[in-house]
Amino acid sequence: MSAVALAFSPLAAPAAATFKLPTIDYAALAPMLILFGIGCVGVVVEAVFRGYPRTRIQLPLALVGLVAALVVVIKSADKRVVTAGGAIAVDGPALFLQGSILVLGMVALLLIGERTLEPGGPFVAQAAVTANTEADRAQASRPDGSPEVFPLAMFALGGMMLFSSANDLLTMFVALEVFSLPLYLLCALARRRRLLSQEASLKYFLLGSFASAFFLFGVAMIYGFAGRVDFAGIDAAIVGSDASPILLYIGLSMLAIGLLFKAAAVPFHVWTPDVYQGAPTPVTALMAACTKVAAFGGLLRVLYVAFERSTWDFQPVIGTIAVLTMIVGSVLAVTQTDIKRLLAYSSIANAGYLLVGVVALTKDGLSSSLFYLVAYGFTVLAAFAVVTLVRDADGEATHLSRWAGLGRRSPLFATVFTFILLAFAGIPLTSGFTAKFGVFAAGIGADQTWLVIAGVVSSAILAFPYLRVVVLMWLSEPGETTPAVSLPGALTSAALMIGTLATLLLGVAPAPLLDVTTRAAEFIR
Amino acid sequence: MSSFPFLSILTVAPAVGGIVVAAMPRAKAGMAKRIALGWSVAVLALTVVMWIAFHAGGPRFQFRESYRWIPVWDARFTLATDGIALVMLALIAVLVPLVILASWHDADGGNRSVPLFFALILFLEATMIGVFASADIFLFYVFFEVMLVPMYFLIGSFGGQQRQYAAVKFFLYSLVGGLFMLAAVIGLWVVGGHTFDWQRLLAADFATNTERWLFLGFFLAFAIKAPFFPFHTWLPDAGGAAPAGAAALLVGVMDKVGTFGILRYCLPLFPNASKYFAPLGLVLALVGIIYGALLAIGQNDLKRLVSYTSIAHFGFIGIGIFAFTSQAGTGAVFYMLNHGLATGLLFLVVGMLVARRGSALVGDFGGAGKYLPVIAGVLLFAGMASLALPGTSPFVSEFLVLVGTFAVHKAVTVVATFGIVLAAGYVLWMIQRTTQGAPNPALERIDRMKHDLSLREAAVVAPLIALLLLLGFYPKPVLDVINPAVKATLSDVGKSDPPPTVVIKEVGR
Repeated sequence: MSAVALAFSPLAAPAAATFKLPTIDYAALAPMLILFGIGCVGVVVEAVFRGYPRTRIQLPLALVGLVAALVVVIKSADKRVVTAGGAIAVDGPALFLQGSILVLGMVALLLIGERTLEPGGPFVAQAAVTANTEADRAQASRPDGSPEVFPLAMFALGGMMLFSSANDLLTMFVALEVFSLPLYLLCALARRRRLLSQEASLKYFLLGSFASAFFLFGVAMIYGFAGRVDFAGIDAAIVGSDASPILLYIGLSMLAIGLLFKAAAVPFHVWTPDVYQGAPTPVTALMAACTKVAAFGGLLRVLYVAFERSTWDFQPVIGTIAVLTMIVGSVLAVTQTDIKRLLAYSSIANAGYLLVGVVALTKDGLSSSLFYLVAYGFTVLAAFAVVTLVRDADGEATHLSRWAGLGRRSPLFATVFTFILLAFAGIPLTSGFTAKFGVFAAGIGADQTWLVIAGVVSSAILAFPYLRVVVLMWLSEPGETTPAVSLPGALTSAALMIGTLATLLLGVAPAPLLDVTTRAAEFIR
Repeated sequence: MSSFPFLSILTVAPAVGGIVVAAMPRAKAGMAKRIALGWSVAVLALTVVMWIAFHAGGPRFQFRESYRWIPVWDARFTLATDGIALVMLALIAVLVPLVILASWHDADGGNRSVPLFFALILFLEATMIGVFASADIFLFYVFFEVMLVPMYFLIGSFGGQQRQYAAVKFFLYSLVGGLFMLAAVIGLWVVGGHTFDWQRLLAADFATNTERWLFLGFFLAFAIKAPFFPFHTWLPDAGGAAPAGAAALLVGVMDKVGTFGILRYCLPLFPNASKYFAPLGLVLALVGIIYGALLAIGQNDLKRLVSYTSIAHFGFIGIGIFAFTSQAGTGAVFYMLNHGLATGLLFLVVGMLVARRGSALVGDFGGAGKYLPVIAGVLLFAGMASLALPGTSPFVSEFLVLVGTFAVHKAVTVVATFGIVLAAGYVLWMIQRTTQGAPNPALERIDRMKHDLSLREAAVVAPLIALLLLLGFYPKPVLDVINPAVKATLSDVGKSDPPPTVVIKEVGR
């Protein structure tokens, strides 16, 4: 271990003679390698098959890659190793998170691959063409989409998997960038409302860069405190080091800023509504489901593995952030008039509920957070799948007033969406309830009852905007501008069905997944 | 016979029926109605068989079934019924077919799906049966919350004016209470040894403060549900906006979940906290009696008026529960049944009047008895039952509550008795203003006002009137079922006596 630590230290340069190549367990890394490999193949496909409808190659390629990676993850379900010179830990939570990212990523890819709702799909080819110029309008009306989104999504998903299994801060930082950069680009590719999309992308990029910079600064501070960047080393240093803990506190808070930014916790949430609204809806779905898994996966690992022994120092702070996140997210959701922004604020509030599980800092806290991530991911994917369907000639009709009377126009989709909203509101027999029950139980079990009370109050507030949408859909008369719901293509139907069924199943019979999360809930150092 | 899975069939069957009815095409509305009615009658028949199979003097909980559900949390699909729950299950089974019959034409005419209306009633029946039959707190909570969904859509989709507002208010109020109960349920699970089984939690002991907080979490949810003053404001809105049949189920059955929950969960699980908070419960109940009655007197809208009378009646049930004597407790449970019958009848009759007049405002009637003598007679009977006239069954229960309470809290009883006087006020004044006096000339012009009680409507009111009279003269069969369960509940409350207070001394006597 110390050789590895030295390898990251500038002092290691003169000692290069003693440097030994770390052994790498390729089988443990295979899922990530598959994803990055498929991403590269995708880029080659882009270059070779010009003039051919490349989506037809890219989508199956990407799905095959995800399935292959998932198979490997499932096969190595009992693997517990630290490999690549201590840079990567493949343990229960890592494998579970990787599996979740893969499954949720598959469903999100189905949405991304949908091409029947509008010609060329919801993407344009070039992000950087100035909005509202002739060239931009031309590319927005061209029927060929942007098949590059598939390799980009693969790199992002691969990065997320690496992020949730990184075992030292530098690897984590690299993974953070690997999954963030493709997302910044993906956000700017919306076919409709180009300016909003570009604004979303730029905002996400700038704020994301700040967050990354904070994270990197934090890494430097922690290195200053511990002399190491690997989690086991930090853990050892917190017990044994006689260095001033000031560096540790500064470092930890900066790391936390970087991580909580991705997790969309208050007060680092301001990007979320704009980005969720501006990004192409399938990309929003990808971010809401998979990025959340990765962000919380990273947060869990950092807090549970590296800083477990300074629990007393950060638990109240993260607890306060959790309360703020729940309350601010739910209160602001009440005032929203755009469905995508509403879902964005609801995702902020949900980040707060997740934080309740995270700060419990117990095995129950870990397993309930894992369960929550999967449950929420499926539901939010289904929700955004419905959003892509409610559209007219000008694209998606996201303003809430346009949803009035939708139940009359298309009862089936309104029923599905009502079910999804009930799941978000945490009504029993949906996954939203079981998930919330799990994190709240972990919270009370860890003597954090105040967080649960805040969570309960926030859930009550948050129920109101959901109900408002239900009322709009069912109890209001359809307006002139209420669009009909487009018939979904096979891909969106599949995504919607998977998301809804998972929401129902995890609500009615959550036992199997709860068993898996309970078994997975143990980090290794 | 007792190994027959009555409760799970009763819980699942209406839900299956709901799915069947919901799947019917809109064009076959008549068929959907008949299926719904037939299904609910079948449920009633099974409930009657279950009642007969129940041994009044046997073990406290009977027909127990338990299935694996979520082992990690030790949440099981456990159903069982004691005498209290059995009475409520019977009430549901009786009311639902009558409500379906009474609402036969309620959903017609609009552009709403008729089969959906009846499917929602069946779904509601399934969840209500589940709530009373569960013996696992997790399962109870699940039904407690899910119950809101069909009622929300019944009010919101098929209600009168202001239905959106009323539906959302109803849902949010109940949800807020439910969420605090969720926190208490989780807390109970954590401190009670990671189990949801009612029997095992009964044996758990808690620190004084923990117990009080948990009690308050449950009590808040039940007080909103019941509703007790000052958590009652949703009821008049919901009751006023809901279609008459749904309102009968809402006030007649669903609200009883609140008082039932206090009896089943608050008292036995948190006996010391119950004793500690009993004065609070008594005061809230007393305020409810007087306040509900006064507001009922001032109402112009018939359905809102009936809703306010219910708040007063729930006050009586409340003092019966918190008096901690077996007479008062039995009276309270019997009151829950009678109130369901009497107020259900009142709501249904008012619904018939409203359907004819096209308005629920008292001022739009006046002298309606001249046109509709039979309906006016039924309204009079329902009103008399509601004010607990001797000879009707609510009298028996009200008397039991007052006698049982007088033994321990004389002042409370004296104040509550004023409630009876006020009840006479609101019932008689309502009847006078709607059916007596000079006929309102507007009524002359309405065709439907000339059609008195139809055969279908007679079939709705006759069983309720018969039951109210029968139980008024011969309540023994029901009281025999209730009494052991109430005694068992009270012995749970007294299971570890702290230094004696007035209440405890009386219980032990």
